This record gives sequence, C-alpha cells and structure tokens, in this order.
Amino acid sequence: MSHLSDIKLKIWRQAGPDQQGRFETYLVPSISDEASFLEMLDVLNEQLIHEGREPVVFDHDCREGICGTCSLMIDGQAHGPQRGTATCQLHMRKFQSGAEIVIEPWRASAFPIIKDLMVDRAAFDRIVEAGGFITAETGGAPDANLIPIPKPVADAAMDAAACIGCGACVAACPNGAANLFTAAKVAHLNLLPQGQAERFKRVEAMVETMDEYFGSCTNHGECEAACPKEISIDVIALMHQDYRKAKFQNRKSLSRT
Amino acid sequence: MAQTLQPAQRRGPVTGTATATSKRRKKFFLLDLYGTAVGKKYVMAITGIAMMGFVLAHMIGNLKMYLGESDLNGYAEFLTRLGYPLAPENAVLWILRAGLIASLALHLHAAYSLTMMNRHARAVKYQSARDYQIANFASRTMRLTGLLVLTFLVWHLLDFTFGPTNTLGEGTFDRKDVYDNVVRSFERVPVSAFYILANLALGVHLYHGAWSIFQSLGWNNPRFNQWRRAFATAFAAIVVVGNVSFPVAVLAGVVG
Amino acid sequence: MSNAVLNDKLHSKSPKVAVPEMWETFKSDMKLVNPNNKRKFKIIVVGTGLAGASAAATLAELGYQVDAFTFHDSPRRAHSIAAQGGINAAKNYKGDGDSIHRLFYDTIKGGDFRARESNVHRLAEVSVDIIDQMVAQGVPFAREYGGLLDNRSFGGAQVSRTFYARGQTGQQLLLGAYQQMARQIGLGNVRLWNRTELVDTVVVDGRCAGIVTRDLMTGEIVSHAAHAVVLCTGGYGNVFFLSTNAMACNVTAAWRAHRRGAFFANPCYTQIHPTCIPQADETQSKLTLMSESLRNDGRVWVPKMAGDDREPHLIPEDERDYYLERLYPSFGNLAPRDISSRAAKRAVDKGQGVGPLKNGVYLDFSDAITRLGKDVVQERYGNLFEMYERIAGEDPYTVPMRIYPASHYTMGGLWVDYELMTTIPGLYAAGEANFSDHGANRLGASALMQGLSDGYFVLPYTIGNYLAPMLNKPIPGTDHPAFQAAEAEARQRFQGYLDIKGTRSPDWFHRELGKIIWDYCGMERTEQGLEKALSELPALYEEFQKDLRVTGDGGSLNQTLEKAGRVDDFFQLGMLMCKDALERRESCGGHFRAEYQDDEGEATRDDEHFAHVAAWEWTGDPMQSIRNVEPLEFTTVHLATRSYK
Repeated sequence: MSHLSDIKLKIWRQAGPDQQGRFETYLVPSISDEASFLEMLDVLNEQLIHEGREPVVFDHDCREGICGTCSLMIDGQAHGPQRGTATCQLHMRKFQSGAEIVIEPWRASAFPIIKDLMVDRAAFDRIVEAGGFITAETGGAPDANLIPIPKPVADAAMDAAACIGCGACVAACPNGAANLFTAAKVAHLNLLPQGQAERFKRVEAMVETMDEYFGSCTNHGECEAACPKEISIDVIALMHQDYRKAKFQNRKSLSRT
Repeated sequence: MAQTLQPAQRRGPVTGTATATSKRRKKFFLLDLYGTAVGKKYVMAITGIAMMGFVLAHMIGNLKMYLGESDLNGYAEFLTRLGYPLAPENAVLWILRAGLIASLALHLHAAYSLTMMNRHARAVKYQSARDYQIANFASRTMRLTGLLVLTFLVWHLLDFTFGPTNTLGEGTFDRKDVYDNVVRSFERVPVSAFYILANLALGVHLYHGAWSIFQSLGWNNPRFNQWRRAFATAFAAIVVVGNVSFPVAVLAGVVG
Repeated sequence: MSNAVLNDKLHSKSPKVAVPEMWETFKSDMKLVNPNNKRKFKIIVVGTGLAGASAAATLAELGYQVDAFTFHDSPRRAHSIAAQGGINAAKNYKGDGDSIHRLFYDTIKGGDFRARESNVHRLAEVSVDIIDQMVAQGVPFAREYGGLLDNRSFGGAQVSRTFYARGQTGQQLLLGAYQQMARQIGLGNVRLWNRTELVDTVVVDGRCAGIVTRDLMTGEIVSHAAHAVVLCTGGYGNVFFLSTNAMACNVTAAWRAHRRGAFFANPCYTQIHPTCIPQADETQSKLTLMSESLRNDGRVWVPKMAGDDREPHLIPEDERDYYLERLYPSFGNLAPRDISSRAAKRAVDKGQGVGPLKNGVYLDFSDAITRLGKDVVQERYGNLFEMYERIAGEDPYTVPMRIYPASHYTMGGLWVDYELMTTIPGLYAAGEANFSDHGANRLGASALMQGLSDGYFVLPYTIGNYLAPMLNKPIPGTDHPAFQAAEAEARQRFQGYLDIKGTRSPDWFHRELGKIIWDYCGMERTEQGLEKALSELPALYEEFQKDLRVTGDGGSLNQTLEKAGRVDDFFQLGMLMCKDALERRESCGGHFRAEYQDDEGEATRDDEHFAHVAAWEWTGDPMQSIRNVEPLEFTTVHLATRSYK
C-alpha cells in the first residue's frame, strides 16, 4: 500500500437548485492508493467538517457498483477514466500524485441539480412507470418452467437488464439523450417471451415518455463508453425497430410476431 | 427546461404518472411516429438514403466526363428523356427532383427540430472540458458539415444548372453543354477549392450518416454489424474520391 | 429460563395445527376485506427494497391505497439490489431430493434451531411461488441450453435449489419488484414519497396510527396517518461501520418503532459473511462482498506455516491448509457462513493470514480453471471477478482472491408474530427488518426469498385479517395531538444535533462505535468483552451528545444531519446488541460466545435455557431495556447439534 500526495480537486459547488454554482479548489494532502474515489471525497469531507465548512454533497450508496446512486463527471468523463466502472468502484490507484481532478455534476435538463454534485434522476422512474414492466399481478403466475427461454435470449435479456439506472448515458451523451437507458429496459423486456404481450405498447409508452424529458440519439456511441455495465448501443437499434413496428403493427395480429 | 427544480413546497408524492400519457390523443400514425425523436431519426435515415443514392448516381454519371464531351452531354440529354416515350420529356426527372427536394426539406426539418430538442435537453452546458471517448469528429460536426454541403448545393445549382455564376472564360453558359460548363467552372481555382472542401465535408457527413442509418432504422444484427462501419467508410470514400477527381482532372489538364 | 420475562404480548398467533398445515389453515380462517372496501384502507409501506416494493405493489393491486416511502432518490436503489448469489426455492427442478420440508429443515438447522417453525415452514411453502412470480415479471434467471431454469448450490444445503441471474440476482429481483410497483405508481394506486425518511412512528390508543417523516431535500417534518404501517427497512449491519451494507442502510425506522413499543428481538444475531474483500487501508468506508456462490468452485486455503510471506503460487500443495475441506469434509468449501467465518478468523488469528495486512485467506480458482477452463469460470463468475479486480487491483484468474469475513446481514430485528405484526397492533415488519425466519444464522440465498415471501405472499394476506374489523371506523388524523407531539419531538431532535456545535463529525463517531461493536460483539464474543463494550459505549454516546459537529442547517439537504440521526440510533441499538449478546449465555449460529464451545472450537448451544427468542422492551434507556422471551417449540424438527462434518 502506498500513498498519493497533493491531489488537487476542482469541485462544482452549488448551494441549491436555483443557486449560482461555481468551481472551488480543494487539496487532499495524502490518500492511500487503495482508497476508492469516493473514499477520497469522504476524507475531504471529514477535513471540511473539521474546518467547520460544509462538506461536498454527492450521491452514493452501495459502493459496489450496483445500486446506480453514484454519479460524477470526473475529468470530463462520466464515472471517470476507467471503462465499465461506476465512480464508486474507481480507485485512486488510477491517479497520480499531484493530479488535478475536475469533478462536475451530471448535466441535463431532466437531471436538475439538487445540491453540489447531487442531481435528481426521477425522470428515469417516469419512463419505467410508463411501461417498463411486465403486467403480472401477484398470484397468477404459471410455473416458472412452463415457457422455456433459449439461453441466448435469456443471456441477451440479462445483458440489457444489467442497467443500474445511474444516468451516465445521459450525462455522457452530447445530446443529453436517454436512449441507452430506455432501450436497455425495452430490450430486457421485449426480448423475453413473457414481455411479448405488451411489447409494442411498452415501447411506445416508454419512448414517448423519454421524449418529454431528454434529447435525441444521434448515434455518437458515447453512452456505451460511459456505461458502467457496458451495455451495447445494439439495444438502441432494437428499440428503434420495435418503435417503428409499434406504429405499423396491426395489434389484432400481435400473436403472429 | 433549465436545470432547476420545482419549488420545495411542491414536493409531494409521485403518482398517476402514466395515466396522463395514455390519454394522449393519437394522430395519424405516420405523424405520430414523426412526433418523436425516434421517428424523426427514421425520417433522417430514409431521406438520407435517398440523397445518398443521388450523390452516388450523380458521381457515377459524371464519370462520363472522362469519356469525353459527347458522352457527358449525351448522358445529360438522356436524363431529360428518362422514361420517354412512356412519360413526357423531363417528367420523370422532375419526379425524381421533387423526391429529392422533399427529402432535403424533411432532412433539414428533422435535423433542425432534433437540434433544438438537444439544446433544451442540456440547457446548462458542462462547465469543464469534456473528454469524449467514442464520439468522433464526424459525429460531432454533422450540423457543420451538413450546412456546408447545403451552402455548396446552392452554389452548385447556380453554377451548373442555372448558370448565373458560371460566367468566366470563353463563350456563354449553355445549360445543355454540361461538359463545357464543368471545365469552365473548375478552371477557376477558388471554385475548385470550394468544391473540394465541400466534398470533403460531404464525406465526413456521410462517414457518420451512412453508419448512423443502420442504428436509426434499427438494422442491427451481429452477423453484419461489423460491416456497417466499413460500408459507411467505403461509401464516403468512393463518393469523395469520385467527386474530387473532377476539379483535379480539370486543373491538371487531363480533362478540358 | 435465565433472566427472562414471559410477556403475554409475545404470542406468535401461529394456528393451532401441525406445522405443515398452518398456512393453509390460516388462509382458510383469516378475515377478508371485500374488494370494493379495500380502497377505504390506507397502508403505509416504508422502504422499497424487495419486501417493501413487492408489498406495496401487491397491496395496491389488491386495491388498497398505498403510500410508499424511500429515502433514496428512486425505489430501485434499495440495498436488496446488491445481493449477488441467488434465491432459494424448493422447486426440486433438479430432481435431487429437494422438497418444502427439506428447505424448511435446512433453514431451521442453518439457523441453529433459533427460528420459529411456523414462520419458516410458510417461507419454504411460498418459496416456489416466488420463482413463478419473478419469472412472470421478466427476471432473466440463468437458463440451461434447453431453456429451463438453471440452479446452483449454496452453503448449508446438499441440494441445488438456488436460482440466480449471473452475480446480480438481487438486482434483477429488485428491478422486477420495482417495476411492478412502478406500474402501480403510474396507474395512481401507489403514491411514492422519495428522498423521505421515517423519523418516528405514532401510536394512538395502542395501535399504530401512522408515521412522521423528514423530507431530506427540504428538512420538512410531516405526519402521515394510515390504517396500518409496514416497515420494510432492512437490517442494522451498519452498526459495525465497516460492513457490506450500503452507506445509507440504517436502523432508524425499526429503532424509532422500538422506542414506541415494538419489541426488538435477538439483536445479537448478526451474520458475518465469510467471503468479503479484506480491509485495505484506514480510510475504507465499506467492505465488498464476494458472492458465496464463488465457494461452489473456489477452494479456501491458508499457508500451513504462520507468517508465510511467499507468493501464493510458490507455496506447494502440501504446505497449504485447505481447512474447510479438512474440517468439514461433507460440506467442504460450502460449509454455512458462521462456520466458515469463524474458521477464517481462527486461521488469521493464528498468523496464517495472507495479503499485505495479513488479514485474509485465499479463495483459489486455479483448480476450477484447470478442470472447467477459463471460459466456464468466466461465464459463471465473470462479473464478480471483474469487481474484485477493480477493488483489489489483482486479477483473480491468475492470483487467488483474498477474502475475509465481514458483517453482512442481521437476523435480529423487530419481533413479529405469525402475521408479521410487531407488538404494536397495526405496525408490521417484513424482510430483514423483522427477526422471524433465520434464527441465529441465515443460509445463503435465503434473504431474497424471505423479503419476497413477506412482501408478495404473506403480508397481503395477513394484513386483511387486521384491517377487516376496522371497516368504516374513523382513524386518528394527522391533527391528532400524538402526531403533533411526535413532529415537535423530531424537529427538536434534529435541531438538537445542529445545536451541539462540537468538534467531531457523525462519521467519526460511527467509526469509533463500529470498532467497539466489531471488537467485542463481532465474530466472537466473551462476557468480559461485552461488559467492556457496555462500559465504553455509554461514555462514547455521551461524547457524541456533547461533541458532535453537524455543519449546515436543517432547512435544506444536509447529508451530515441525516447521518447524525442515524448514528444516534445506532448507538442505542449497539448497547442493546451487546446486552443481548451478554445475556445469551450460549453459542448459536452467528452468536458465538467463546466461553461456550466444544474442544474443536464449535459452538455449543444451551437448549435448556436459551431455546427462546429474546424480545427487548424499551424503557427509555437502552441500558435498562427489559428482556422478554418467546419460548421456541420444536414439534416438527428435533433439536440436534448442528454438524456439517
């Protein structure tokens, strides 16, 4: 275990939603290279509380890369420089002593800043509420093995379902689009046999709700690079396809798809 | 849609969020489709394909220049008689032109509305420098290259189709003498330079656009995905090389 | 029964029939609420993890008005999401001899005979419905090539009954339940209050009348009245500071209910998970679990020689001690969690620990890679290996993983009866927040099962039994003086933290508290140590009350203030935990008292004196809580010494 010294942090501070924000510079004199990036911020915050200043507010929870609560634009990259890694799993061994690190909140109109680095990602919930589910009320389910699902299909659905809803795709997208998030959920459910009944209704509702909050996809591919679960933009193509079919499909012959 | 929050006193429970959307009155399905960003991207892609077909055919047709004056002028004559005698002269050509004009208009309208949507989606920009990983020069300059090509298109029509700018050198502009018009025009170095620049912009636009089509139309299959980028690169390269060769050939004295 | 009070509040209300018939009997006899009348009842569900989301969704589907509360930004963030390995169900899809009885028996035995038979049997019965329900929700469980569901083995079982979705089973199950709840939010049947934390429960005329919450964004304290309140607020493992729990996990909801009269059962039953990444430095904020499923193919070993500094690949086979395989040949590397954890601790304590801080044991996959090939290992555990590589900076395909036990789950929690009702009528607890199903030790892949069982298939039935007689009777509104008093108290409490203006942060106190609890009430407990803890804790708590520093104000988002409230409750719980551990003079499951072990270091239970649930009653001072007991009767399984040899 060794230590990094003199990490300069340029952090966005903003007292509240409608307040003016600005970058402030802080120094972390020493930090273990085994520490995670968020632990480095913990150390900074302890230091700030000790000095009687308000600590930096940032979203975080599980710190094992699965809950999707953490965010942060680190040196111009969503979730920082390591591919396929959420901020909470980024470790200081990826940085050098004396580094200057710029930390900014996610920026999107649909993700209003609550305070400092914390943003509100409720728009994602609205998309799921619109159609990101399979209607199967408790109690009526048939035996789990009744419908065999080919392994490649189950695997593909799982790849898409791995989304943690962190919002990095929106943050990284030059257009502030949420196509990767929405498409991942659409792909997860639309690939599975159980999801077929609501397939087109789902994609219509989700895409149209997405449109109310987010920008449009122009196929930069930046979202895929930022995604901590490395979800492929292939799912976006699938969503586009299903959306088109949804508009053309004769719903009375759904069972023939 | 500024990056601000509702006032504190309005914080309350969230409920019934999906009931409003389901009550939305449905329009005619194509308009409904065009109403969303995904639908607009379909329009971008389909009109893009139409215009790609045009630029490719246009370039191939113009290669006749290398076969000599009579071949090129004959080809121009042929175009006016497309479908003749079934259809009157110029009729099919005008149908094609109408399609292209409509494509261009739709392409522009969709691009404009998507751009505005994207601006609103990030009303407050990042205050520090971004470090892009995948987004490339082509994908981030689509608007710029598109506008450049559009400007060029206007000039190009004035220069070769209507003629008011094609006044240099001997003789006068004769719409039917395509070969002469081309040679006379490209002998002006600034015109050739602009032409080359515009075609490079077109190439960059196609490099992203021809790839992007597949995603926008939802054409995605692991069997051919690896060829999508190669197709876009090859298509852009062929169009650019073909088109750029014309002024180069004129300036180099190969043609003329 | 030593030092115990029998309390008539502690009636389990299990139906008076043979254990396997109880649930059917209950369902036949329970009172029902007519579908049209359900909308007249309002139910508050606090917490939106597996138990909370599934309960809120199901209750709303039935027609009740549901108000769901989460302190997260979205219900999908709940810590259920971090469960990796899988979920048990007695489906017997493998035809390897599994049955409801066997799952029931394994769970009772795994819990070291300290769980209530009736609840556990019901859990085993509904386990099969959970899998059906979740598959219908679109959970992409792992499948065989033929398209049928795959299973794997977990600790403490000799059958393969664990369903899994890569190493992200908890995530997929939670998303399934969350999506089902999201649908109800969209339809307007569930009202969701996000970033809102419970700060008190309100009891009027002996029944739970509602809750008081604090809006984390505005600091506003608000009352909510309801016919019934369900707490699905998880466990208290973060009392250790370093645990595998998420940073925000806390005991506040359960503790505030406890202070209003809900008995707190078996707080000393905490589970120490054997496969976590060892602490790497002093700034560590949490520990990361590596799924127990890794023990299917990984082999646990330490060098035979203490202080052996060689690289692992340089240590020859005969100088390695595969201690789990040696000590527990029939279960081997899949011995239950408490047993594996203590074995690791013994090895490290003897100086055989590995890694830079000598605080781990190896979990080695080289045999599995040779036998199955790297591709198969990658297919099974790829994401776990990646996660390990990110955190530890070593590649587990080439260097054995280093693991060490860490606090992971708490079997203790609010005492509930067969209907999951606490000792406060109208207040229910489900999931990890209650104490009911795991006894003194939880088996792997059973937490997800319990959360979903409670939320989907138990509460929606049992709650009607309570609500039916209340039809058309008025309930106290939020203008009732009890609500006003609770609100005032909460405001005062939070202002109090701000007013101390001391010198140390809530995190500092939490870390110190955690050290004491881990040292004296962790994997191994002694009377002496617990007494020491009980003398140190009140002193540290007093310092907390005098020297806490909370910056900022109470009228806007303030994470330090949130933390202060949670640490306050952890202090009080910590004292109760140590008291409970001290009073339970036996070793059982996760509660290991060094004084009570056999010659081989195995736990020795005292069924004569301690075959009971200890349910603590609040008196105003955690050091003076009253220990009530609910005797445990075993009619279906026989009390036996747990053996995994």
